[in-house]
Amino acid sequence: MGGMATAESYVLAIGTKKGLWLATSPDRREWSLSGPHFLMSEVPSIGIDSRGGRTRILVGVRSEHWGPTVFHSDDLGGTWEEPENGAITFPDGTDAALERIWQIHPDAESRPGVVWAGCEPISVWKSTDGGEHFELNRGLWDHPHRSEWGAGYGGAAAHSIVVDPTGEKVHVAMSTGGVYRSLDGGASWEPRNRGISAYFMPDPNPEFGQCVHKIAADAAVDGRLYAQNHHGVYRSDDDAESWESIAEGLPADFGFVMLTHPRRAGTAWVIPLKADGERIPPDGKLAVHRTDDAGASWKRLDSGLPDPEYNAVLRDAACVDAAEPAGVYFGTRGGSVYASADEGEHFSEVASHLPDVLCVRAAAVSAALLPMQL
Amino acid sequence: MNGVVTDGVPVPADSAISVVLPSVLQPLAGGQSILTAPAEEAVTVEWVLDTVTGDYPALSRRLRDETGTVRRYVNIYVNGNEIRLLQGLVTTVAPGQEVLIIQSVAGG
Repeated sequence: MGGMATAESYVLAIGTKKGLWLATSPDRREWSLSGPHFLMSEVPSIGIDSRGGRTRILVGVRSEHWGPTVFHSDDLGGTWEEPENGAITFPDGTDAALERIWQIHPDAESRPGVVWAGCEPISVWKSTDGGEHFELNRGLWDHPHRSEWGAGYGGAAAHSIVVDPTGEKVHVAMSTGGVYRSLDGGASWEPRNRGISAYFMPDPNPEFGQCVHKIAADAAVDGRLYAQNHHGVYRSDDDAESWESIAEGLPADFGFVMLTHPRRAGTAWVIPLKADGERIPPDGKLAVHRTDDAGASWKRLDSGLPDPEYNAVLRDAACVDAAEPAGVYFGTRGGSVYASADEGEHFSEVASHLPDVLCVRAAAVSAALLPMQL
Repeated sequence: MNGVVTDGVPVPADSAISVVLPSVLQPLAGGQSILTAPAEEAVTVEWVLDTVTGDYPALSRRLRDETGTVRRYVNIYVNGNEIRLLQGLVTTVAPGQEVLIIQSVAGG
């Protein structure tokens, strides 16, 4: 396509098992795909940082041969930079090596430059320079529970980082270990899993050890969190002091995805899979489910989605944007990517036949930054 | 082997150890396919890697992780022998010998 770019466009970054693709759109319905970047390296984490008038795409890249690293681009993938000494490297004395970057999370607008990362082995990192250098969070690294944390099928990692507006209250979720909370900006951590089941352990209700797949915060209700667990969908209204099931009304309580609305209270999305032992959409029918009442009820959303579809959707292979109405995006392990410009009511296919999709992130960007393809 | 050049200074072949890089890593070494470590006597592979990657930290990270361990799918050969079958990183290399780095056959 040719012609003038519009004032605002959208970028959707798609991290796969074998590289990164970038899709751009003027309207979130018609997409142009470019790539791959980092061919033959997996891209399990992406952060799009649009704070401060700059759009920086950060990607966690991992080569089976050459290991993991972080690249960033300030020109929407035109060029990529890797900090000379590596953005994330375990310090001397830890006797640990970075395996995979699972999460890259730009912090709030009020904390420009702050970017969090969650990694394998289980660790949380914080950058104050836009993601060029991260410091290991020692409070979590030195936590006495560490030796009892385990590995899920995909590895042992901190994969969810939720920071409240003050910056003091931080929730982290790890597989396996569960939810941990800090009330002092990350200096100290306590497990907060009461009510979340760990049916695969001798004590199904342990203090920690749960396999929480993803957590997300309600955008408008302080202290409210949602969790997609390894079987179980939960909500907390008290900063994770306690969790209650909100799975009723869903076709299955297994899955990996948990998304929340960028502004509206009570709205969240999940993408159920049948069960631990059958990780496919229930009955082979792929659908997103949205609640608008904090989990009291769920609405099935499958317009525009294929039937049948037997591929799973991984925990970070789904995201929302901050537009109005919110866009919803996800990709499957079969390499299909879908976008909705209306909060999931209708989906359109962005890409198909890509490698397994591991991560997607979307944001509005100035069209002036895009190649002249719109 | 002919003489090699280190920092613009010719080094006799028998006073240097060459490290041959796969093409995929050469951009991380300023485009060079061979890096050289001056050596008057036998040294360890670890010393050779430390020496030749000193100016190229991104290259160093591709070969070894933070603990200094050679990455699982990176194979390092000394005179045709893979160092895991020798003495690992403390395998010795003599001046004039060659260290060959090859990515293993892996991936799906």
